[in-house]
Amino acid sequence: MPWIPRGLREGIVTSRYPRRPDGYGPGFRGSVVVANAPAPEPRIASAVEACPTDAITVENGLPRLDRGRCILCGRCTELCPELFRFDPDFETSAERREALVVPELVADEAALILARTELGRAVKALRRSVHIRHVDAGSDGADEWEVAALTNPVYDVQRLGIYFTASPRHADVLLATGVGAAGMLDALRQTYDVMPEPKVVIAAGVDAVSGGLLGEGYASRSGLADSLPVDVFVPGSPPTPFGLLFAILLAIGRLPRARGSAGGNDWARRTPHGPASAEDPTREAGP
Amino acid sequence: MSDSFAGLSTEGFADRVSERVKNGARFCGLFATAESEGTRLVAVLSEGETLQSENVIVADDAGCYPALTPHIPAAAWYEREIHELFGIEPEGHARLDPLVLPLVSGSPRPRPGSGKPFEPVELDPSPLPAHLRGEGVFTIPYGPVRSGVFESIEYLVETPGEDIPHLRTRVFHKHRGIEVRFEGMDPDDGVLLAERCEGVASVAHAIAFCGAVEQLSRTEIPEGAALVRVLHAELERIANHLDSAIRHTEAAGQAVAYARLSLHKERVQRLRGRLCGSRFGRGVVVPGGVSTPPVLDVAELFAAIDQIDNGVKDDLRLLMATPSFVDRLRGTGVIGQELARQFGALGPVGRGSGQKADGRVERPYAAYGLLGQQLVDPRTEGDALARQRIRNDEISGAFHLIRQTIDRLSQTNMSTQVWAEPIDRDLSGEAIGWAEAPQGEVLYFVVLDEGRLARVKPRSASFHNLGLFHAAFPKDILTDFAFIEASFGLSIAGVAG
Repeated sequence: MPWIPRGLREGIVTSRYPRRPDGYGPGFRGSVVVANAPAPEPRIASAVEACPTDAITVENGLPRLDRGRCILCGRCTELCPELFRFDPDFETSAERREALVVPELVADEAALILARTELGRAVKALRRSVHIRHVDAGSDGADEWEVAALTNPVYDVQRLGIYFTASPRHADVLLATGVGAAGMLDALRQTYDVMPEPKVVIAAGVDAVSGGLLGEGYASRSGLADSLPVDVFVPGSPPTPFGLLFAILLAIGRLPRARGSAGGNDWARRTPHGPASAEDPTREAGP
Repeated sequence: MSDSFAGLSTEGFADRVSERVKNGARFCGLFATAESEGTRLVAVLSEGETLQSENVIVADDAGCYPALTPHIPAAAWYEREIHELFGIEPEGHARLDPLVLPLVSGSPRPRPGSGKPFEPVELDPSPLPAHLRGEGVFTIPYGPVRSGVFESIEYLVETPGEDIPHLRTRVFHKHRGIEVRFEGMDPDDGVLLAERCEGVASVAHAIAFCGAVEQLSRTEIPEGAALVRVLHAELERIANHLDSAIRHTEAAGQAVAYARLSLHKERVQRLRGRLCGSRFGRGVVVPGGVSTPPVLDVAELFAAIDQIDNGVKDDLRLLMATPSFVDRLRGTGVIGQELARQFGALGPVGRGSGQKADGRVERPYAAYGLLGQQLVDPRTEGDALARQRIRNDEISGAFHLIRQTIDRLSQTNMSTQVWAEPIDRDLSGEAIGWAEAPQGEVLYFVVLDEGRLARVKPRSASFHNLGLFHAAFPKDILTDFAFIEASFGLSIAGVAG
């Protein structure tokens, strides 16, 4: 019985996200943001060279960063601080692989809106309560900690009607981590196949998006997109719990309406997000 | 370098290694690397305060050598792994079941160290035949997709219904071939990959990897950097030990304890995030030192540590006084002291069964030699409860070390301090680095060739200890499984490689 008062001791520790903005505050490495500015030679070349996952490219004199490859090591922020800096923003997932490359191109944005509309239509039935099946397809183990953290009292995803399930037959969302280890591909595919429609696939972490630092090898693939129809790509190495929560809400069309580009300034933080339907997605689904 | 081993016979190898083990050396692991004349085997032994190695070359045309396993049971998994990755046969090994890479016959082998571009291998995922025969005995496969948010692994439980007389483990499902990926990298990139070998012990892996590079470069890291390494390594220890306890409480259905401990773990992860930007301490440890000092001010840091320490201490005390929790752990998953000694069990698994091995004490690295350590006394019961108590003690010890570290750091001038010494860029040679991860001793066998990594073999404590996992079951039943697994507290990424 002594546990009962213990549970009440600290009051409410649970985040209000996504209704209220939340995060870790300044200094936290949620993502790397890129300036919309010409790349100064030769320092941009040194940043491109130093990037361990070849995530940086220069197109028409402008720098672009592929967050699907970025492991947030921070070398570019040191070599070229006027172009790259860390930002606490974790709302970096996207429905299209190309949209993880920032600053985004206009053509990508149109495709992203199309992808979002399609996904929104597909997941209409999932807007209240969803069950998630997690599968590790060759992660480094840290991703599982961050996924598991979603059930701790701080994130407490049950408050949003989000549950983890053991059976793929109950699952609406497949949350997959890891590079795509050869020995897991069959199991991953079988898990996906037995899930009922409609279903959504989230590739969580740069390993799952692009293979990350490990990349393709004799027993690893460059991410999961070749094995499964991925609906949402989540950057991060590993992705943070907030980043994962954002991705899940994005996947099931449950983001608050007002959420838009953090833009207006010269730093490309993220692709603009908005709900795919006119329903009020801020309503928290009850269990 | 390998020339000096060319004359040694493979027949004498097992004798030389087992002789040293008989004389008190602890068998730490057996590594292999592909070289021009064949496959070199490196047996690593801990003798007193040093790590020693015994080497031998198995010629390609011979393709076999007398196995170590009949003399040293702890070599069983290492020889299975080498058999699969290199295709050489340990003669006399009792059971060469597939472990990390079951290949169809004729498939190319990765042969790490050869420096060749990879060829895709062909896996043979067919189920293992049952070992046990008898009326009503059946096999329950657990995994590779688990019933919760866990890493992928496959356990084959052969059972007549309730008892677990026989358990086998297959880890190949998430084998990523990570050690081959090191080849050709420079040490700066190598440390980033080392952090991803076993993601929950990123800091320990980075320290062990950098330790090997620094030995080769004869670099003394600055004292401030050594302190920062301890700070991050001990926070990592607290987070991992809390994770093990969280999994215990989840299995025992202790909902409030589960919520409380996961809140504490989240606070630890956030503190780590505030100190360096990464919730896993990634990017802190670099060859030669650390990348940056902690960004929090001292008073703030002490306050954060006090908050977590008080909360954890209080809740763990109540947890250990909760009979419905303690009863599930007491007498569960017993590893006897003699078995633990023979096997060289590492970390909390070893210390719960009377073993002392702790790299922080045996061979102090980073700033552990400077700090007054609270040594955790090993326990003798060898059950899941003993392992939990060891972890509780280690959590207190970690807070004690962290406070000393912050205290010492605050006395140095942080703004003028040098945080990393330069590392020679064209290093050649080989060395073994180590660190005490939360799971136990991590070793890195590193070969550098003119500044590039020619071979890196990470050996996590998880790999070593998981070889002992099956031995914890004979007296237990299926419902104990989750407790035994949580009390081992291993990371599968570190096992599968």
